[in-house]
Amino acid sequence: MKLLGEFTEGLRIAWTAIRANKLRSALTTLGIIIGIVTVTLMGTAIEGLNAAFMNSVSSIGADVLYVQRRDWLIRSHQEWIEMRKRREFTLDQAKEIMDRVDFAQAMAPGDSHRASVKYGERSADGVRVFGTTWEFARVASLELMEGRFLSAAETDGGRPVCVIGSEVATNLFEGNPAVGHRLRLNGRGYEVVGVLEKRGSALGGESIDSQVVIPMRNFTLDFDPTPDITLQVKVSEMMSLDDAREELRNIVRRVRRVPPGDPDDFSINQQDQLVNMFRQVAGTIGGVGLFITGLSLFVGGIGIMNIMFVSVAERTKEIGIRKAIGAKRRTILIQFLIEAAAICLLGGLMALAISWPVTLAMRQFIPATLSPLVVSLALAVSALTGIVAGFLPAWRAARMDPVDALRSE
Amino acid sequence: MALIRLQNISRRYQMGGETIHALREISLEIERGEYVAIMGPSGSGKSTLMNLIGCLDTPTTGRYELNGTDVSGMDDNRLAEVRNREIGFVFQTFNLLPRSSALHNVELPLIYAGLRAEERRQVALQAIRDVGLEDRMHHRPNELSGGQRQRVAVARALVNKPSILLADEPTGNLDSRTGEEIMALFAQLSNRGNTIILVTHEEEVALNARRILRIRDGLIASDDPVAPRP
Ligand SMILES: Nc1ncnc2c1ncn2[C@@H]1O[C@H](COP(=O)(O)OP(=O)(O)OP(=O)(O)O)[C@@H](O)[C@H]1O
Ligand SMILES: [Mg+2]
Repeated sequence: MKLLGEFTEGLRIAWTAIRANKLRSALTTLGIIIGIVTVTLMGTAIEGLNAAFMNSVSSIGADVLYVQRRDWLIRSHQEWIEMRKRREFTLDQAKEIMDRVDFAQAMAPGDSHRASVKYGERSADGVRVFGTTWEFARVASLELMEGRFLSAAETDGGRPVCVIGSEVATNLFEGNPAVGHRLRLNGRGYEVVGVLEKRGSALGGESIDSQVVIPMRNFTLDFDPTPDITLQVKVSEMMSLDDAREELRNIVRRVRRVPPGDPDDFSINQQDQLVNMFRQVAGTIGGVGLFITGLSLFVGGIGIMNIMFVSVAERTKEIGIRKAIGAKRRTILIQFLIEAAAICLLGGLMALAISWPVTLAMRQFIPATLSPLVVSLALAVSALTGIVAGFLPAWRAARMDPVDALRSE
Repeated sequence: MALIRLQNISRRYQMGGETIHALREISLEIERGEYVAIMGPSGSGKSTLMNLIGCLDTPTTGRYELNGTDVSGMDDNRLAEVRNREIGFVFQTFNLLPRSSALHNVELPLIYAGLRAEERRQVALQAIRDVGLEDRMHHRPNELSGGQRQRVAVARALVNKPSILLADEPTGNLDSRTGEEIMALFAQLSNRGNTIILVTHEEEVALNARRILRIRDGLIASDDPVAPRP
């Protein structure tokens, strides 16, 4: 009861003090504002990037291994030169590997090329044409909006048919049914047998939505007689990804006849690599953000401490009066801590008022939201800064001698 | 039992290498209900004595019993409680909080005493009425005259029903007519049984009390009753 009364009195005093010194209070909170804006924007950006990244990386498939000539992440120029020198990964090798692998749910070799696509009057250049087998639908968990995927007979024997991404379908057919119509890919006729469900954009890479999928046989006939294959292996749930990766590596080494002791002349890629790299980048951004935040909160905190010392000095007489009529040390301490915390909280609120529209602007690029977690964190951090920075001045006030304080003018 | 009992109280200040004896070995008893005026030349130690009696300060040596308890060795926080409960101060410069209304100023000791808000309001209102300022209670100190401010200060001093009312030159900043008004208020309070100790320079003011204590160089020079006025 006693504490509650002192607390509300503290709030009252803080409010009057801040109102009486509006400009001073506002200027003091600048450091706090910068700090809190940084922390909210960083938090929001990282959360947003994370969501965007996870969304786009999910199409890669967490349980799919990609056997191919090059690594997805090339860390140095030397590595790049080494990878350029690697032998091609041929379709025959891919077939041999598929014969030996017994731990896959599904496997599909594939390669792609850019081509012009035409339907009637409408056409598009530089569309990615992807040659693969019927199993690709299972590897990539594709869903169809219309028609069906390529059949085993079509991909084994070779027939000029294709399945198109949702974006290609909208561009060429403008909402009309596509199945049964003939497209021209680099001038050769292909019949549309299916349209894929929309998958959404991928960060950097090209989404399946804007691709045309054709049988591997036809790809080698019409686009590239010696394709550079990427073999996708969807690993069975019975086996761990690491074990599968190790076994696959041995098989590929044998098929490509890599002498024992020599390094691999191929790469096995997986989603994890990208996720790890992203985590590193996000971690770096977060670290820098935290540093800026810490620095500006520190500077802001010093400002608060300074202004609170001034406030205590200005109100020495008031402290004396309050003590004379019965305020204890605790009472005075609480009063000034509340004032410091209130100034900082005000800064925190202003910072959120700045961050909010910025977050809305960010939403055009990444799925950013000012989450309740970030908001409450920002407010907690600013109040805490106030309490820490205000402690020394408040302590000095609390310990003042009442007679000396009363005598001051 | 005396309300106030000072035994061999001294108060010294260290100023550089020099020791200032503001009070030297004072012994004094004041009973409940007394009305005492303290007089003496400037620098004789009147305010120092008031601060000690009011528990704002502690003696360098000696023992001070207030209401039967020894307060000379108490720490800051205990003294704050004693001040809140037992003492009401009236100062020469009023010492009201400038940004608070008269009513809030009067309420303040009750906040520190831990009363609930509604109860506080009631008690504070009554105290304001007692000094005849209910129509000014929402005004701030700078919107009140000197006499009105001192009335607010008296209301604040009395709101907790303290044992002692301490007034250090309460009329020092007032013109003679308003001063007389305040002294009339004090006489009323004394008649109702309040214990009042008052510091003043003016013989005229001191004659309102029933006992005059004269101090010189930190010592009690004389201690006489005042003859009742004709
Ligand atoms: N904080 C202090 N430090 C040093 N000396 C002090 C202090 N307070 C009072 N003194 C000294 O103690 C002596 C008594 O002071 P006090 O304030 O009690 O005088 P007073 O009788 O109230 O005088 P006045 O009538 O001018 O108010 C003076 O000599 C004063 O200088
Ligand atoms: Mg004095």
